[in-house]
Amino acid sequence: MTIVELNGFGKAFTIHHLNKTIPAVNNIQFSMDAGEFIGIIGKSGSGKSTILKSIYRTYLPDAGEIIYQSKQLGRIDLAQATEREMIFLRKNEIGYVSQFLNVMPRTTCRELVQNALLEMGETRETARTEAENALTHFEMDPALWDSYPNTFSGGEKLRLNIAMATVKKPRLLLLDEPTASLDQHSKIKVREMIEKLKQQGTTLVGIFHDIEFMEGLCDKVFDMKTNQMSLAFEGVLHEG
Amino acid sequence: MYEKPILQVKHLQKQFGEGCPHCFDKESVYLEKNYCTVCGTVHAVRDVSFDLYPGEVLGIVGESGSGKSTMLQGLYFDSSMTSGAVYINQSELTGQNVLSLSSQQKRYIRNYIYGMVYQNPVDGLKMKFSSIGNIAEKMIAAGNRNVSNIEKRSKELLENVHIPLRRMKEEPQYFSGGMQQRVQIAKALSNNPPILFLDEVTTGLDLSVQASVLDLIKQIQRELHISMVVVSHDLAVIRMLADRSIVMLNGEVIENGLTDQILEDPQHEYTQQLVYSLL
Repeated sequence: MTIVELNGFGKAFTIHHLNKTIPAVNNIQFSMDAGEFIGIIGKSGSGKSTILKSIYRTYLPDAGEIIYQSKQLGRIDLAQATEREMIFLRKNEIGYVSQFLNVMPRTTCRELVQNALLEMGETRETARTEAENALTHFEMDPALWDSYPNTFSGGEKLRLNIAMATVKKPRLLLLDEPTASLDQHSKIKVREMIEKLKQQGTTLVGIFHDIEFMEGLCDKVFDMKTNQMSLAFEGVLHEG
Repeated sequence: MYEKPILQVKHLQKQFGEGCPHCFDKESVYLEKNYCTVCGTVHAVRDVSFDLYPGEVLGIVGESGSGKSTMLQGLYFDSSMTSGAVYINQSELTGQNVLSLSSQQKRYIRNYIYGMVYQNPVDGLKMKFSSIGNIAEKMIAAGNRNVSNIEKRSKELLENVHIPLRRMKEEPQYFSGGMQQRVQIAKALSNNPPILFLDEVTTGLDLSVQASVLDLIKQIQRELHISMVVVSHDLAVIRMLADRSIVMLNGEVIENGLTDQILEDPQHEYTQQLVYSLL
């Protein structure tokens, strides 16, 4: 089943003080099936993030459609969806992880993960257990659970970020270079989490810089070239 | 997805001055900011419409003088609006423009449906009443008559906003600005209002107090599912609190959207300038 389909999708940014419109991506065509892991590669500035952010509607798409097959709302064009529909989908179905952590000040690491679940309507008890499981999985030192993330290292912040998104078991997870500042060991942890989510049927789209990380994980890899997208390879990539 | 807004604001308009044919003509009107150069009328709020949905936090951003507070005061009946309509989705008020209700009915809405936290605690608190007295006053206005219930609830609220109970009999005039603001929030919450208006609640507070006020607001939303309109000129505050936001300039809504979209992909020239100025 196709879960996301981009038809003739395009996005340009109008910069008023320069009186200029800068095209980011153009006539993008691609689709992904439920449970697939799609990788997007390409130089910086080639529009990889633009695609992800447009699916999440952090960017306002300006051409084409982004058809998403929602579990609860049915077939919906994310380019046209109302803000309330997007908020609903973000809360319940679509997750987004970047390398930046942007959270409520003076909220502990544990509370942040718990709140993500409470906002979905989970009970306090479930939220607490699942938050602890997620933090344990990402090897967050229990000493950090009740401290505030402002002083965390880059890797710790990122692991928290991923824990907050994956604990909600999203149906579609958008990964915007989440491993950019991680060491090898943490990357393996992220990889394990992705494999687990894939087993649970989560569809994933990820931007990663290291091809190695994608090995054996991606079902398809697309290469972004001059605002266009082409299939680089299909089928699970194996070592050697 | 079908949802019914809890509050609908339609074509809200507020002008200071008589107006003239020049500034009433929507086609040819040219105002200097919100000031009509022909007749001197200030158009503080111009044709503002929005919906507020149950349990959501709606952010309203804009520079000073953009009409944010005037609009909020109009919604809370502190000042009358020139024209426009406001509908509240509560069975007893269905289909009625609450702006045209009698002052008695408006008082009912203020006591039972609305809560308001002003930028300046002087506007929201009686500075010479005790803190617990301030909360009790609001609860009595909302029909509570049982003293022990009022006391119990007031204590709970003060604890929620982290005011030590040993200070509950003190007058807010002796409190710090952040504490006054928290007493105001406790007071506004005392009658469990389904709709809460917050006007620049963190402006002027130090970072540490700001963080605890923000956390409190978020907690209220999560646990009590109160719908809130949060007015602020601080984009960082709006980013933390609101899923959806409206940008106002010279009394008009110039942009609305998901808060992260407004911050990362602003469409209007003014919003772009605002975002470029972000620290």
